[in-house]
Amino acid sequence: MTGIDDSALSRLRAAVREPDLSGTRYRLAGVAGTGGMGTVYVVEDTDLKRRVALKVLDLPDPGIEARLRREAQVLARLEHPGIVPVHDVGTLPDGRAFYTMKWVQGDRLDRHLTEAVTLSERLRLFLRIADPIAFAHAKGVLHRDLKPENVMIGPFGEVLVLDWGLAKVLEDATDPGAARSTGDSAVLGTPGFMSPEQKSGSSAGVDARADVYSLGAVLQWMIGPGAVKPLEAICRKALAERREDRYPGVPALAADVTRFLDGAAVTAHSENVWQRACRLAKRHRVALAIVAAYLLVRAVILLFTGR
Amino acid sequence: MNRIAVGILVGGVLGILDGLTAWFTPEARPQIVGIVLGSTVKGLVAGAIIGLFARKVSSLGWTLAFGTFVGALLAFLIAQMGGKYYLEIILPGSLVGLLTGYATVRYGRAPSPVAPTHM
Repeated sequence: MTGIDDSALSRLRAAVREPDLSGTRYRLAGVAGTGGMGTVYVVEDTDLKRRVALKVLDLPDPGIEARLRREAQVLARLEHPGIVPVHDVGTLPDGRAFYTMKWVQGDRLDRHLTEAVTLSERLRLFLRIADPIAFAHAKGVLHRDLKPENVMIGPFGEVLVLDWGLAKVLEDATDPGAARSTGDSAVLGTPGFMSPEQKSGSSAGVDARADVYSLGAVLQWMIGPGAVKPLEAICRKALAERREDRYPGVPALAADVTRFLDGAAVTAHSENVWQRACRLAKRHRVALAIVAAYLLVRAVILLFTGR
Repeated sequence: MNRIAVGILVGGVLGILDGLTAWFTPEARPQIVGIVLGSTVKGLVAGAIIGLFARKVSSLGWTLAFGTFVGALLAFLIAQMGGKYYLEIILPGSLVGLLTGYATVRYGRAPSPVAPTHM
């Protein structure tokens, strides 16, 4: 019997996992990444002559297949520039379920922020992450797995929220079973970014405030340690243990971040008179500088000419 | 508030305050009412012109330059009526124009872009 080395074994495993695209319009071009549910390949759409991403299960499994199909359906109902559009869904000749979506090239948020990015740029980026989440909530969909690894920054600065595999449809009149299909008792999410109610495994108790918590964790990660008090207060409020103490929804969280960017008072932080004066002075510093220049000119004229 | 309204409001208020500084000049005190009125009208006119410019141009840099120019020009015309105190009138007048220009862009609402229509 001949031995087989580790690299040959891993190549063999990859080859076995490779999707059978025979008889389809797709041709394999490479691997984009792997996840808990399956692998994402880069494929060539021979009909439309473009590259798309193809997500396929590693093994045929009816339970996970239902989740993959539901993820595709959830994505299909969320038409937003910050959410990857789905192009096609089906079953490959090898029996594995798949769906194709836009192939997003760019940097993951965690890699993107290793470059020098100013605080205001980080906050504007955060607002662009919050926007598709607020949109999804308005459509009755929770993401439930928000983390820097699931946000992609495109080459033209476009922000896309990825991996809706754990998404939960809150209310769906056309599919009453949709809200239960991800498993009520399973602990779903990523430690560090997962809300306390998700950690407890209670899927029924999860609402939009779970994503508010995750976005708060993303915000805290994006701004890093030593942030100014109003920003710390925003993170603290979003990351409150009791969901009643958090922002009621993503728009309220985004509004507070916008207020901070505009130099206005944030709802999460009550400031004293001195802090308020400093903030207003900073916000109107140019106008104050011109007024000071005017007063200086007047004082100099008065001093030297007596007029 | 739109940029023209902000320009008129800020120009008028600054005109009043600028006129009131004449109180510090003892020889001008008897004419303080006329000076304040004239300064207010000057501020209102300058504010309206600067606001109109800011509405059309929408550039902070150009509005600051234009505001300074308008403030200096109107102050020069006022100074010429008296025939003296050119520096004492033009220099603060220019700064009032600069401040009005800044205020119109910073605090005034920019005109809404026209939405494209489908044919």
